[in-house]
Amino acid sequence: MNLEKADHDNGVVLRVEDIHKTYGKNEILKGVSFHIKKGETIVIIGASGSGKSTLLRCINQLTIPEKGRIWLEGEEVTHHMKEISHFRQRIGMVFQDFNLFDHLCAVRNVEIGLIKVKKMDKKQAREIAMEELRRVGLERQANQYPAQLSGGQKQRVSIARALAMNPTVMLFDEPTSALDPELIGEVLEVMRDLAMGGMTMVVVTHEMGFARSVANEIIFIEGGKILDQGTPHKLFTNPEHERTRQFICKIDELYGKTEK
Amino acid sequence: MNTMHFITDILFPPLLEGLGVTLRLIVYSVPFGFIAGILIAVGRVYGNKLISTFCFLYTLFFRGAPLLVQLFILYFALPSIGLYLSSFTAAVIGFILCSAAYHSEYIRGAIQSIKSGQMMAAEALGMSKIQAVSSIILPQALRRAIPGCSNEIIYLVKYSSLAYMVACVELTGAGKVIASRYFEYTLVFSIVGIIYLIMTSVVTIGLNSLERKMEIPGIGK
Ligand SMILES: Nc1ncnc2c1ncn2[C@@H]1O[C@H](COP(=O)(O)OP(=O)(O)O)[C@@H](O)[C@H]1O
Ligand SMILES: [Mg+2]
Repeated sequence: MNLEKADHDNGVVLRVEDIHKTYGKNEILKGVSFHIKKGETIVIIGASGSGKSTLLRCINQLTIPEKGRIWLEGEEVTHHMKEISHFRQRIGMVFQDFNLFDHLCAVRNVEIGLIKVKKMDKKQAREIAMEELRRVGLERQANQYPAQLSGGQKQRVSIARALAMNPTVMLFDEPTSALDPELIGEVLEVMRDLAMGGMTMVVVTHEMGFARSVANEIIFIEGGKILDQGTPHKLFTNPEHERTRQFICKIDELYGKTEK
Repeated sequence: MNTMHFITDILFPPLLEGLGVTLRLIVYSVPFGFIAGILIAVGRVYGNKLISTFCFLYTLFFRGAPLLVQLFILYFALPSIGLYLSSFTAAVIGFILCSAAYHSEYIRGAIQSIKSGQMMAAEALGMSKIQAVSSIILPQALRRAIPGCSNEIIYLVKYSSLAYMVACVELTGAGKVIASRYFEYTLVFSIVGIIYLIMTSVVTIGLNSLERKMEIPGIGK
């Protein structure tokens, strides 16, 4: 099978195949496979500790899986650590606790990847960085340091930082879980705009309102495997497993029926 | 002979010369000791097993053995393998090696206090380990290491007097010569002590203002 050719023809941006990851004696991921096409949004849900973050980190090889392969636009990412920088530049990542560079103001957080990794000249990098900050509504905060920003603003800067690299796909790891409830909306709005603008996104979140309205597909991870997957409509109304229904009910209990 | 005359005509000329040597010892030792300290800390934290072990053994030895013994080795023992160092060079090398060991421990602690997410975010952008360490980790860690490293620099100002033991006549040595010739221990060493106090005060104030200048807005206070 020639996946490279096939993925290219079918518009598959990211293909994850049979990923296994073990920490110590715990097999966290026991063979996870999925793929995402250009412009789609996949939402991943699953209990805390089920390996969602581990899975995202495997995609850009921040964590190396023992087994399994990853392709980005038909090119194999796994087993190519020498070229990993080129893949990572095309895979934007947004973290639960932001991980903004604390010693740099907002605009420098956004431009540093362009300057250090893409070797862009400073003036051009600054222009792009300001453009991205404008896109997330934070151009007025350009010179503020992370410690001077609210949680929601920090997360928007971190989205701008990832977008500045002009990625092919964006990974979000619970981007709103560390935020006060009143700040969640502004981050989801940016993400929704991105999805509408055609960005390909893999989003770990329990914001079911967002999943319902934005996701093309929801993946439910349990016991290191994908237990259920399908359109939001299918998972909410007619999941394969009773366990999926229970989990979705539990999310609604925990986070409220966020209809947004 | 009146005291004023003794101080200005007999004591000050050799003391100033000694002070010049002390300042040169410090000016050479501090920056190189600090830079070597950074390299050893980085090697210890991010190096492979070989490099990391080497850096560990380095700090173990240079923090563990008395500085005076290290200076004796550099000055008196190395000639036996054909390496002759001037007393000034031996002292500077000894100070650099020793202060590097202490700096590296302060810096290592600071590096390890930086949350792992910083490295992860840097690598996720496509930075290499070296880029991430030099432009993300160290700028933050070195800020946190300033108080510890300041401490070491102030120590160095004072332990520079050990150079006298390998025949490098610096401030303390110059004082000792005059003091024993004229039997004026109290006066001479009071003045020498005050000069060290002035030097350490200047360094302290300078490093404090550096620390304030490097403060990241929104953090601290
Ligand atoms: N670096 C690591 N070393 C050891 N165990 C880890 C590491 N990272 C994650 N784990 C373990 O793997 C499991 C899955 O973690 P994670 O992927 O963070 O789950 P989730 O994001 O779904 O909450 C957890 O039990 C966690 O303790
Ligand atoms: Mg997680």
